[in-house]
Amino acid sequence: MADRTTIKAPVPGTFYRRPTPDEEPYANEGDRISNGQVIGLVEVMKNFNEVKADRDGVIASFLVENEDLVEAGQDLAALTDG
Amino acid sequence: MKKVLIANRGEIARRVVRACRELDLTTVAVYSEADEEALHVREADEALPIGKAHARHSYLNLEVLIGAAREAGADAIHPGYGFLSESARFAEACDAAGIVFVGPSAGAIAAMGDKAAARRLAREANVPVVPGGDASRDVEAALATAADVGYPVLVKAAAGGGGRGIRIARDADELRDALPAAGREAEAAFGDSTLYIEKLLEEARHVEVQVVGAGDGEVIHMYERECSLQRRRQKLVEESPSPGLHPPTRDAMAAAAVRLAADVGYVGAGTVEFLVDQHERFYFIEMNTRLQVEHGVTEMVTGIDLVRAQLLVAAGEPLEFTQDDVRIEGSAIEFRINAEDPEQDFQPSPGRLEAAELPGGPGVRIDTAIYTGYTVVPFYDSLIAKLMVWAPTREQALRRGRRALAEFRLEGIETTVPLHARLVEDERVLAGDVHTGYLEELLAGGEAATASTARETR
Repeated sequence: MADRTTIKAPVPGTFYRRPTPDEEPYANEGDRISNGQVIGLVEVMKNFNEVKADRDGVIASFLVENEDLVEAGQDLAALTDG
Repeated sequence: MKKVLIANRGEIARRVVRACRELDLTTVAVYSEADEEALHVREADEALPIGKAHARHSYLNLEVLIGAAREAGADAIHPGYGFLSESARFAEACDAAGIVFVGPSAGAIAAMGDKAAARRLAREANVPVVPGGDASRDVEAALATAADVGYPVLVKAAAGGGGRGIRIARDADELRDALPAAGREAEAAFGDSTLYIEKLLEEARHVEVQVVGAGDGEVIHMYERECSLQRRRQKLVEESPSPGLHPPTRDAMAAAAVRLAADVGYVGAGTVEFLVDQHERFYFIEMNTRLQVEHGVTEMVTGIDLVRAQLLVAAGEPLEFTQDDVRIEGSAIEFRINAEDPEQDFQPSPGRLEAAELPGGPGVRIDTAIYTGYTVVPFYDSLIAKLMVWAPTREQALRRGRRALAEFRLEGIETTVPLHARLVEDERVLAGDVHTGYLEELLAGGEAATASTARETR
Protein backbone atom coordinates (compact mmCIF):
# COMPACT_ATOMS: atom_id res chain seq x y z
CA MET A 1 0.00 0.00 0.00
CA ALA A 2 1.26 3.42 -0.93
CA ASP A 3 2.36 5.79 1.80
CA ARG A 4 -0.55 8.11 2.64
CA THR A 5 -0.14 11.65 3.93
CA THR A 6 -2.48 14.58 4.13
CA ILE A 7 -2.65 18.24 3.18
CA LYS A 8 -3.61 20.29 6.21
CA ALA A 9 -5.40 23.60 6.75
CA PRO A 10 -2.90 26.44 7.34
CA VAL A 11 -5.41 28.49 9.37
CA PRO A 12 -8.93 27.98 10.73
CA GLY A 13 -11.78 29.09 8.50
CA THR A 14 -13.95 28.07 5.58
CA PHE A 15 -12.47 25.68 3.02
CA TYR A 16 -13.11 26.39 -0.65
CA ARG A 17 -12.12 24.14 -3.53
CA ARG A 18 -12.61 26.80 -6.21
CA PRO A 19 -10.99 30.24 -6.70
CA THR A 20 -14.49 31.73 -7.21
CA PRO A 21 -17.89 30.02 -7.19
CA ASP A 22 -18.01 30.08 -11.01
CA GLU A 23 -14.62 28.56 -11.67
CA GLU A 24 -13.35 24.98 -11.86
CA PRO A 25 -11.92 23.40 -8.69
CA TYR A 26 -8.20 23.85 -8.14
CA ALA A 27 -7.80 20.07 -8.06
CA ASN A 28 -9.90 16.92 -8.18
CA GLU A 29 -9.59 13.46 -6.68
CA GLY A 30 -7.15 11.41 -8.73
CA ASP A 31 -5.20 14.48 -9.89
CA ARG A 32 -1.42 14.31 -9.82
CA ILE A 33 -0.14 17.41 -8.05
CA SER A 34 3.29 18.80 -7.33
CA ASN A 35 4.93 20.31 -4.29
CA GLY A 36 3.68 23.86 -3.75
CA GLN A 37 0.58 23.48 -5.93
CA VAL A 38 -2.58 25.20 -4.66
CA ILE A 39 -5.45 22.78 -3.98
CA GLY A 40 -7.90 25.14 -2.26
CA LEU A 41 -8.44 28.23 -0.12
CA VAL A 42 -9.24 28.78 3.53
CA GLU A 43 -11.11 32.01 4.18
CA VAL A 44 -11.06 33.59 7.57
CA MET A 45 -12.58 37.04 8.09
CA LYS A 46 -12.34 37.97 4.40
CA ASN A 47 -8.67 36.86 4.23
CA PHE A 48 -8.04 34.13 1.69
CA ASN A 49 -5.18 31.75 2.45
CA GLU A 50 -3.97 29.35 -0.23
CA VAL A 51 -3.77 25.68 0.71
CA LYS A 52 -0.65 24.21 -0.90
CA ALA A 53 0.64 20.65 -1.20
CA ASP A 54 3.93 20.21 0.63
CA ARG A 55 5.08 17.35 -1.63
CA ASP A 56 4.37 15.68 -4.96
CA GLY A 57 1.61 13.07 -5.08
CA VAL A 58 -1.87 12.09 -6.17
CA ILE A 59 -5.02 13.29 -4.40
CA ALA A 60 -6.66 10.11 -3.09
CA SER A 61 -9.64 11.95 -1.62
CA PHE A 62 -10.86 15.18 -0.11
CA LEU A 63 -11.60 14.73 3.59
CA VAL A 64 -13.86 17.81 3.94
CA GLU A 65 -16.60 19.29 1.79
CA ASN A 66 -16.44 22.60 -0.03
CA GLU A 67 -17.50 25.43 2.38
CA ASP A 68 -16.89 23.26 5.48
CA LEU A 69 -15.54 25.07 8.52
CA VAL A 70 -12.09 23.67 9.31
CA GLU A 71 -9.64 23.96 12.19
CA ALA A 72 -5.99 24.93 11.80
CA GLY A 73 -4.02 21.77 11.02
CA GLN A 74 -7.12 19.79 10.10
CA ASP A 75 -6.64 17.22 7.32
CA LEU A 76 -8.20 18.50 4.10
CA ALA A 77 -7.08 15.97 1.50
CA ALA A 78 -5.36 12.59 1.50
CA LEU A 79 -2.33 12.26 -0.73
CA THR A 80 -0.73 9.06 -2.05
CA ASP A 81 2.50 8.55 -3.95
CA GLY A 82 0.33 7.26 -6.80
CA MET B 1 -42.10 55.08 8.50
CA LYS B 2 -42.68 52.98 11.62
CA LYS B 3 -40.67 49.79 11.41
CA VAL B 4 -37.08 49.41 10.26
CA LEU B 5 -35.36 46.17 9.31
CA ILE B 6 -31.60 46.31 9.87
CA ALA B 7 -29.84 44.32 7.16
CA ASN B 8 -26.59 43.97 9.06
CA ARG B 9 -24.97 42.53 12.18
CA GLY B 10 -22.53 43.36 14.96
CA GLU B 11 -21.84 46.82 16.30
CA ILE B 12 -23.43 48.69 13.40
CA ALA B 13 -26.72 46.80 13.75
CA ARG B 14 -26.77 47.79 17.44
CA ARG B 15 -25.92 51.39 16.49
CA VAL B 16 -28.95 51.53 14.18
CA VAL B 17 -31.22 49.92 16.80
CA ARG B 18 -30.22 52.68 19.24
CA ALA B 19 -31.00 55.49 16.79
CA CYS B 20 -34.35 53.87 15.87
CA ARG B 21 -35.34 53.51 19.51
CA GLU B 22 -34.72 57.20 20.16
CA LEU B 23 -37.04 57.97 17.24
CA ASP B 24 -39.73 55.49 18.42
CA LEU B 25 -39.18 53.29 15.40
CA THR B 26 -39.75 49.54 15.84
CA THR B 27 -36.67 47.49 14.90
CA VAL B 28 -36.31 44.14 13.17
CA ALA B 29 -32.95 42.36 13.39
CA VAL B 30 -31.89 39.63 10.99
CA TYR B 31 -29.35 36.97 11.79
CA SER B 32 -27.44 34.12 10.22
CA GLU B 33 -26.96 30.73 11.85
CA ALA B 34 -23.67 32.02 13.27
CA ASP B 35 -25.33 34.98 14.99
CA GLU B 36 -28.15 33.37 16.97
CA GLU B 37 -26.57 34.55 20.24
CA ALA B 38 -25.64 38.03 18.97
CA LEU B 39 -26.53 41.14 20.93
CA HIS B 40 -28.19 42.89 17.98
CA VAL B 41 -30.70 40.02 17.86
CA ARG B 42 -31.51 40.32 21.55
CA GLU B 43 -31.79 44.09 21.49
CA ALA B 44 -34.05 44.59 18.48
CA ASP B 45 -37.82 44.44 18.98
CA GLU B 46 -38.09 41.51 16.59
CA ALA B 47 -35.62 39.16 14.92
CA LEU B 48 -35.75 36.88 11.90
CA PRO B 49 -33.32 34.15 10.81
CA ILE B 50 -32.05 34.63 7.26
CA GLY B 51 -29.87 31.64 6.54
CA LYS B 52 -26.48 30.04 6.80
CA ALA B 53 -23.39 31.63 8.30
CA HIS B 54 -21.69 32.59 5.06
CA ALA B 55 -22.73 36.12 4.15
CA ARG B 56 -23.49 35.00 0.60
CA HIS B 57 -26.32 32.86 2.03
CA SER B 58 -27.58 35.44 4.54
CA TYR B 59 -26.47 39.09 4.89
CA LEU B 60 -25.75 39.35 1.16
CA ASN B 61 -28.90 37.56 0.07
CA LEU B 62 -31.06 40.34 -1.32
CA GLU B 63 -34.19 38.24 -1.95
CA VAL B 64 -34.19 36.74 1.55
CA LEU B 65 -33.76 40.19 3.13
CA ILE B 66 -36.62 41.72 1.15
CA GLY B 67 -38.71 38.67 2.06
CA ALA B 68 -37.87 39.14 5.74
CA ALA B 69 -38.88 42.82 5.58
CA ARG B 70 -42.20 41.83 3.99
CA GLU B 71 -42.80 39.10 6.58
CA ALA B 72 -42.09 41.50 9.46
CA GLY B 73 -44.13 44.30 7.92
CA ALA B 74 -41.12 46.61 7.93
CA ASP B 75 -41.53 49.74 5.83
CA ALA B 76 -37.82 50.60 5.71
CA ILE B 77 -34.45 48.82 5.52
CA HIS B 78 -31.23 50.25 6.95
CA PRO B 79 -28.26 48.52 5.30
CA GLY B 80 -25.55 49.66 7.76
CA TYR B 81 -22.11 49.61 6.11
CA GLY B 82 -20.49 46.80 4.13
CA PHE B 83 -22.68 43.91 2.89
CA LEU B 84 -25.44 45.39 0.64
CA SER B 85 -25.05 49.04 1.70
CA GLU B 86 -23.60 50.08 -1.67
CA SER B 87 -25.65 47.75 -3.85
CA ALA B 88 -27.72 49.70 -6.36
CA ARG B 89 -29.59 46.45 -7.07
CA PHE B 90 -30.61 46.19 -3.41
CA ALA B 91 -31.79 49.81 -3.32
CA GLU B 92 -33.79 49.13 -6.49
CA ALA B 93 -35.28 45.94 -5.06
CA CYS B 94 -36.40 47.89 -1.98
CA ASP B 95 -38.03 50.50 -4.21
CA ALA B 96 -39.78 47.80 -6.22
CA ALA B 97 -41.08 46.21 -3.00
CA GLY B 98 -42.36 49.55 -1.73
CA ILE B 99 -39.80 49.58 1.08
CA VAL B 100 -37.79 52.70 1.95
CA PHE B 101 -34.05 52.13 1.51
CA VAL B 102 -32.26 54.21 4.15
CA GLY B 103 -29.63 55.66 1.86
CA PRO B 104 -29.29 57.47 -1.44
CA SER B 105 -31.13 56.56 -4.64
CA ALA B 106 -30.11 53.50 -6.62
CA GLY B 107 -29.02 55.93 -9.33
CA ALA B 108 -26.64 57.81 -7.02
CA ILE B 109 -25.19 54.53 -5.71
CA ALA B 110 -24.60 53.28 -9.26
CA ALA B 111 -23.12 56.60 -10.40
CA MET B 112 -20.57 56.62 -7.58
CA GLY B 113 -20.10 52.84 -7.58
CA ASP B 114 -18.38 53.04 -10.97
CA LYS B 115 -15.20 54.69 -9.71
CA ALA B 116 -14.06 55.70 -13.20
CA ALA B 117 -17.43 57.35 -13.88
CA ALA B 118 -17.29 59.02 -10.46
CA ARG B 119 -14.00 60.68 -11.48
CA ARG B 120 -15.75 62.14 -14.52
CA LEU B 121 -18.63 63.41 -12.35
CA ALA B 122 -16.11 65.02 -10.00
CA ARG B 123 -14.36 66.79 -12.88
CA GLU B 124 -17.73 68.04 -14.13
CA ALA B 125 -18.43 69.41 -10.62
CA ASN B 126 -15.09 71.22 -10.78
CA VAL B 127 -13.61 68.95 -8.11
CA PRO B 128 -9.95 68.08 -8.70
CA VAL B 129 -9.25 64.37 -9.26
CA VAL B 130 -5.99 62.42 -8.96
CA PRO B 131 -4.19 62.71 -12.34
CA GLY B 132 -4.94 59.64 -14.43
CA GLY B 133 -7.56 58.23 -16.75
CA ASP B 134 -9.46 55.22 -18.06
CA ALA B 135 -7.37 52.19 -18.86
CA SER B 136 -9.80 49.67 -20.22
CA ARG B 137 -8.71 47.28 -22.96
CA ASP B 138 -6.41 49.66 -24.85
CA VAL B 139 -2.93 49.04 -23.43
CA GLU B 140 -1.25 51.71 -25.58
CA ALA B 141 -3.67 54.41 -24.38
CA ALA B 142 -3.07 53.34 -20.78
CA LEU B 143 0.71 53.53 -21.30
CA ALA B 144 0.33 57.02 -22.76
CA THR B 145 -1.79 58.12 -19.80
CA ALA B 146 0.75 56.73 -17.34
CA ALA B 147 3.66 58.38 -19.15
CA ASP B 148 1.71 61.62 -19.11
CA VAL B 149 0.98 61.65 -15.36
CA GLY B 150 4.28 60.01 -14.40
CA TYR B 151 5.12 56.71 -12.68
CA PRO B 152 4.47 55.09 -10.29
CA VAL B 153 0.78 54.64 -11.05
CA LEU B 154 -2.05 52.67 -9.48
CA VAL B 155 -4.19 50.38 -11.60
CA LYS B 156 -7.66 50.32 -10.08
CA ALA B 157 -10.85 48.39 -10.79
CA ALA B 158 -13.74 50.72 -11.68
CA ALA B 159 -16.10 48.44 -9.75
CA GLY B 160 -13.69 48.23 -6.79
CA GLY B 161 -13.36 50.90 -4.15
CA GLY B 162 -12.59 50.79 -0.46
CA GLY B 163 -9.01 49.88 -1.27
CA ARG B 164 -9.87 46.67 -3.12
CA GLY B 165 -8.70 45.71 -6.61
CA ILE B 166 -5.57 47.91 -6.71
CA ARG B 167 -2.11 47.23 -8.19
CA ILE B 168 1.00 49.41 -8.36
CA ALA B 169 3.06 49.79 -11.56
CA ARG B 170 6.44 51.52 -11.22
CA ASP B 171 7.28 51.62 -14.93
CA ALA B 172 5.89 50.82 -18.37
CA ASP B 173 6.93 47.15 -18.19
CA GLU B 174 5.15 46.68 -14.88
CA LEU B 175 2.08 48.43 -16.25
CA ARG B 176 2.07 46.20 -19.35
CA ASP B 177 2.12 43.16 -17.00
CA ALA B 178 -0.36 44.58 -14.50
CA LEU B 179 -3.19 45.47 -16.89
CA PRO B 180 -4.30 42.00 -18.05
CA ALA B 181 -3.90 40.49 -14.57
CA ALA B 182 -5.78 43.37 -12.93
CA GLY B 183 -8.54 43.04 -15.53
CA ARG B 184 -8.92 39.31 -14.81
CA GLU B 185 -8.95 39.91 -11.05
CA ALA B 186 -11.52 42.67 -11.37
CA GLU B 187 -13.71 40.44 -13.54
CA ALA B 188 -13.49 37.63 -10.96
CA ALA B 189 -14.00 39.85 -7.91
CA PHE B 190 -16.54 42.36 -9.20
CA GLY B 191 -17.87 40.90 -12.46
CA ASP B 192 -16.51 43.94 -14.33
CA SER B 193 -13.03 44.19 -15.84
CA THR B 194 -13.08 47.98 -16.36
CA LEU B 195 -9.86 49.59 -15.10
CA TYR B 196 -8.50 53.09 -14.62
CA ILE B 197 -5.13 54.55 -13.76
CA GLU B 198 -4.21 57.05 -11.06
CA LYS B 199 -0.86 58.59 -10.35
CA LEU B 200 0.46 57.26 -7.03
CA LEU B 201 0.68 60.28 -4.76
CA GLU B 202 3.54 59.59 -2.36
CA GLU B 203 3.28 60.70 1.25
CA ALA B 204 -0.27 61.98 0.82
CA ARG B 205 -2.89 62.13 3.54
CA HIS B 206 -6.30 60.48 3.29
CA VAL B 207 -8.89 63.06 4.31
CA GLU B 208 -12.61 62.61 3.77
CA VAL B 209 -15.59 64.93 4.08
CA GLN B 210 -18.87 63.82 5.64
CA VAL B 211 -21.96 65.07 3.83
CA VAL B 212 -25.70 64.70 4.34
CA GLY B 213 -28.18 65.37 1.53
CA ALA B 214 -31.37 66.68 3.08
CA GLY B 215 -33.65 65.44 0.33
CA ASP B 216 -34.75 68.92 -0.78
CA GLY B 217 -31.61 69.40 -2.85
CA GLU B 218 -29.60 70.90 -0.03
CA VAL B 219 -26.36 69.20 0.98
CA ILE B 220 -24.81 69.90 4.36
CA HIS B 221 -21.20 68.99 5.17
CA MET B 222 -19.88 68.03 8.59
CA TYR B 223 -16.23 68.77 7.95
CA GLU B 224 -13.51 66.19 7.64
CA ARG B 225 -11.99 63.04 9.05
CA GLU B 226 -8.31 62.27 8.78
CA CYS B 227 -7.80 58.55 8.01
CA SER B 228 -4.14 58.32 6.99
CA LEU B 229 -3.15 55.56 9.39
CA GLN B 230 -3.86 52.56 7.20
CA ARG B 231 -2.48 49.11 6.58
CA ARG B 232 -3.02 47.55 3.15
CA ARG B 233 -5.43 50.40 2.44
CA GLN B 234 -7.60 49.52 5.43
CA LYS B 235 -8.05 52.29 7.98
CA LEU B 236 -6.98 51.66 11.57
CA VAL B 237 -7.22 55.10 13.19
CA GLU B 238 -9.45 58.02 12.21
CA GLU B 239 -9.79 61.46 13.71
CA SER B 240 -11.60 64.73 13.36
CA PRO B 241 -10.56 67.40 12.72
CA SER B 242 -7.51 66.58 10.59
CA PRO B 243 -4.30 67.81 12.24
CA GLY B 244 -2.81 68.49 8.81
CA LEU B 245 -5.15 71.02 7.20
CA HIS B 246 -5.17 74.78 7.33
CA PRO B 247 -8.62 76.43 7.44
CA PRO B 248 -8.67 77.52 3.77
CA THR B 249 -7.96 73.92 2.64
CA ARG B 250 -10.60 72.53 5.00
CA ASP B 251 -13.20 74.95 3.66
CA ALA B 252 -12.27 74.34 0.03
CA MET B 253 -12.53 70.57 0.49
CA ALA B 254 -15.87 70.81 2.24
CA ALA B 255 -17.19 73.05 -0.54
CA ALA B 256 -15.92 70.62 -3.20
CA ALA B 257 -17.62 67.68 -1.47
CA VAL B 258 -20.91 69.58 -1.27
CA ARG B 259 -20.68 70.54 -4.97
CA LEU B 260 -20.18 66.94 -6.04
CA ALA B 261 -22.95 65.57 -3.81
CA ALA B 262 -25.38 68.29 -4.88
CA ASP B 263 -24.57 67.66 -8.56
CA VAL B 264 -25.66 64.02 -8.30
CA GLY B 265 -28.76 64.91 -6.25
CA TYR B 266 -27.35 63.09 -3.26
CA VAL B 267 -29.75 62.18 -0.43
CA GLY B 268 -28.74 60.86 2.98
CA ALA B 269 -25.30 60.35 4.52
CA GLY B 270 -22.25 59.97 2.31
CA THR B 271 -18.52 60.51 2.35
CA VAL B 272 -16.31 62.13 -0.25
CA GLU B 273 -12.73 60.83 -0.02
CA PHE B 274 -9.68 62.88 -0.99
CA LEU B 275 -5.92 62.56 -1.00
CA VAL B 276 -4.09 65.68 0.20
CA ASP B 277 -0.44 66.19 -0.78
CA GLN B 278 2.32 67.94 1.17
CA HIS B 279 1.33 71.27 -0.39
CA GLU B 280 -2.27 70.77 0.77
CA ARG B 281 -3.45 70.26 -2.80
CA PHE B 282 -6.41 67.88 -2.62
CA TYR B 283 -7.69 65.33 -5.12
CA PHE B 284 -10.97 63.36 -5.18
CA ILE B 285 -10.57 59.58 -5.03
CA GLU B 286 -14.07 58.20 -4.46
CA MET B 287 -17.41 58.73 -2.80
CA ASN B 288 -18.87 56.20 -0.39
CA THR B 289 -22.64 56.21 -0.62
CA ARG B 290 -23.34 54.96 2.88
CA LEU B 291 -22.61 55.42 6.56
CA GLN B 292 -18.88 54.97 7.28
CA VAL B 293 -17.37 52.80 10.00
CA GLU B 294 -15.74 55.95 11.38
CA HIS B 295 -18.87 58.14 11.45
CA GLY B 296 -18.65 58.28 15.26
CA VAL B 297 -15.71 60.69 15.37
CA THR B 298 -17.75 63.20 13.37
CA GLU B 299 -20.65 62.70 15.78
CA MET B 300 -18.38 63.37 18.74
CA VAL B 301 -16.98 66.66 17.43
CA THR B 302 -20.25 67.99 15.96
CA GLY B 303 -22.77 66.57 18.45
CA ILE B 304 -24.91 65.43 15.50
CA ASP B 305 -26.36 61.92 15.38
CA LEU B 306 -25.69 60.78 11.80
CA VAL B 307 -27.85 57.66 11.93
CA ARG B 308 -30.74 59.72 13.25
CA ALA B 309 -30.20 62.15 10.36
CA GLN B 310 -30.22 59.23 7.90
CA LEU B 311 -33.51 57.94 9.30
CA LEU B 312 -35.14 61.38 9.28
CA VAL B 313 -34.14 62.02 5.67
CA ALA B 314 -35.38 58.56 4.67
CA ALA B 315 -38.72 59.28 6.36
CA GLY B 316 -39.01 62.49 4.35
CA GLU B 317 -38.66 64.68 7.39
CA PRO B 318 -36.54 67.81 7.62
CA LEU B 319 -33.08 67.70 9.21
CA GLU B 320 -32.77 69.08 12.72
CA PHE B 321 -29.74 71.23 11.88
CA THR B 322 -28.60 73.67 9.22
CA GLN B 323 -25.11 74.21 7.82
CA ASP B 324 -24.62 77.10 10.24
CA ASP B 325 -25.30 74.78 13.19
CA VAL B 326 -22.45 72.46 12.21
CA ARG B 327 -19.33 73.31 14.15
CA ILE B 328 -16.36 71.22 15.21
CA GLU B 329 -15.68 71.30 18.90
CA GLY B 330 -12.60 69.61 20.38
CA SER B 331 -10.93 66.56 18.88
CA ALA B 332 -12.10 62.95 18.47
CA ILE B 333 -10.08 59.85 17.60
CA GLU B 334 -11.25 56.33 16.72
CA PHE B 335 -9.16 53.19 17.19
CA ARG B 336 -10.37 50.13 15.31
CA ILE B 337 -10.08 47.04 17.46
CA ASN B 338 -9.78 44.11 15.09
CA ALA B 339 -9.51 40.40 15.90
CA GLU B 340 -6.10 40.25 14.26
CA ASP B 341 -2.62 39.53 15.57
CA PRO B 342 -0.32 42.49 14.88
CA GLU B 343 2.63 40.28 15.86
CA GLN B 344 1.76 37.69 13.18
CA ASP B 345 1.28 39.88 10.13
CA PHE B 346 -2.29 40.70 11.22
CA GLN B 347 -3.45 37.11 10.83
CA PRO B 348 -7.18 36.96 11.74
CA SER B 349 -7.77 35.66 15.24
CA PRO B 350 -11.31 34.34 15.70
CA GLY B 351 -12.29 32.51 18.88
CA ARG B 352 -14.00 32.74 22.23
CA LEU B 353 -13.47 35.81 24.39
CA GLU B 354 -12.72 34.46 27.85
CA ALA B 355 -12.74 38.04 29.10
CA ALA B 356 -14.05 41.22 27.48
CA GLU B 357 -13.68 44.18 29.80
CA LEU B 358 -14.14 47.49 28.03
CA PRO B 359 -12.89 51.04 28.70
CA GLY B 360 -15.21 53.77 29.91
CA GLY B 361 -15.21 57.05 31.76
CA PRO B 362 -15.27 60.64 30.54
CA GLY B 363 -15.05 61.25 26.80
CA VAL B 364 -15.00 57.55 25.89
CA ARG B 365 -17.41 55.86 23.50
CA ILE B 366 -17.32 52.18 22.58
CA ASP B 367 -19.36 50.76 19.71
CA THR B 368 -19.13 46.99 19.87
CA ALA B 369 -21.14 43.77 20.01
CA ILE B 370 -18.73 41.66 22.03
CA TYR B 371 -19.11 40.42 25.62
CA THR B 372 -17.34 37.97 27.89
CA GLY B 373 -18.07 34.51 26.50
CA TYR B 374 -18.83 35.80 22.99
CA THR B 375 -17.23 33.85 20.16
CA VAL B 376 -15.74 35.93 17.35
CA VAL B 377 -16.80 33.89 14.33
CA PRO B 378 -14.55 33.48 11.28
CA PHE B 379 -17.20 34.34 8.67
CA TYR B 380 -17.28 38.13 8.76
CA ASP B 381 -15.12 41.21 9.10
CA SER B 382 -12.48 41.23 11.85
CA LEU B 383 -13.68 44.54 13.38
CA ILE B 384 -14.91 43.72 16.90
CA ALA B 385 -14.98 47.13 18.58
CA LYS B 386 -14.51 50.83 17.88
CA LEU B 387 -12.94 52.82 20.67
CA MET B 388 -13.66 56.53 20.25
CA VAL B 389 -12.36 59.25 22.51
CA TRP B 390 -13.17 62.95 22.65
CA ALA B 391 -11.36 65.79 24.43
CA PRO B 392 -11.15 69.57 24.11
CA THR B 393 -7.74 69.34 22.40
CA ARG B 394 -6.00 66.74 20.23
CA GLU B 395 -3.25 66.31 22.79
CA GLN B 396 -5.79 65.53 25.50
CA ALA B 397 -7.66 63.19 23.19
CA LEU B 398 -4.46 61.22 22.57
CA ARG B 399 -3.81 61.00 26.32
CA ARG B 400 -7.38 59.88 26.84
CA GLY B 401 -6.92 57.28 24.10
CA ARG B 402 -3.81 55.99 25.85
CA ARG B 403 -5.70 55.76 29.14
CA ALA B 404 -8.72 54.04 27.57
CA LEU B 405 -6.65 51.55 25.56
CA ALA B 406 -4.95 50.45 28.80
CA GLU B 407 -8.39 49.70 30.29
CA PHE B 408 -9.14 46.99 27.70
CA ARG B 409 -8.88 43.44 28.90
CA LEU B 410 -9.57 41.10 26.01
CA GLU B 411 -8.55 37.49 26.59
CA GLY B 412 -8.76 34.46 24.34
CA ILE B 413 -7.99 36.14 21.03
CA GLU B 414 -5.36 38.51 19.66
CA THR B 415 -6.39 42.07 18.84
CA THR B 416 -5.01 45.36 17.54
CA VAL B 417 -5.12 46.96 21.03
CA PRO B 418 -1.31 46.61 21.54
CA LEU B 419 -0.67 48.22 18.14
CA HIS B 420 -2.84 51.22 19.06
CA ALA B 421 -1.08 51.48 22.43
CA ARG B 422 2.16 51.79 20.46
CA LEU B 423 0.72 54.31 17.99
CA VAL B 424 -0.42 56.73 20.71
CA GLU B 425 3.21 56.86 21.89
CA ASP B 426 4.63 57.41 18.41
CA GLU B 427 6.18 60.85 17.89
CA ARG B 428 4.96 61.26 14.32
CA VAL B 429 1.42 60.24 15.31
CA LEU B 430 1.52 62.64 18.25
CA ALA B 431 2.64 65.41 15.90
CA GLY B 432 -0.07 64.51 13.38
CA ASP B 433 2.70 64.16 10.82
CA VAL B 434 1.53 61.04 8.98
CA HIS B 435 0.61 59.91 5.46
CA THR B 436 -1.10 56.83 4.04
CA GLY B 437 2.17 54.87 3.88
CA TYR B 438 3.38 55.79 7.35
CA LEU B 439 1.92 52.90 9.35
CA GLU B 440 3.35 50.29 6.99
CA GLU B 441 6.76 51.98 7.15
CA LEU B 442 6.56 51.93 10.93
CA LEU B 443 5.55 48.25 10.98
CA ALA B 444 8.31 47.27 8.55
CA GLY B 445 10.97 49.22 10.43
CA GLY B 446 9.82 48.17 13.86
CA GLU B 447 9.69 44.42 13.35
CA ALA B 448 13.18 43.72 14.67
CA ALA B 449 12.63 45.96 17.68
CA THR B 450 9.27 44.36 18.52
CA ALA B 451 10.65 40.82 18.26
CA SER B 452 13.32 41.52 20.86
CA THR B 453 10.90 43.10 23.33
CA ALA B 454 9.18 40.66 25.65
CA ARG B 455 5.44 41.02 25.27
CA GLU B 456 3.88 42.56 28.31
CA THR B 457 0.88 40.76 29.66
CA ARG B 458 -1.65 42.24 31.94
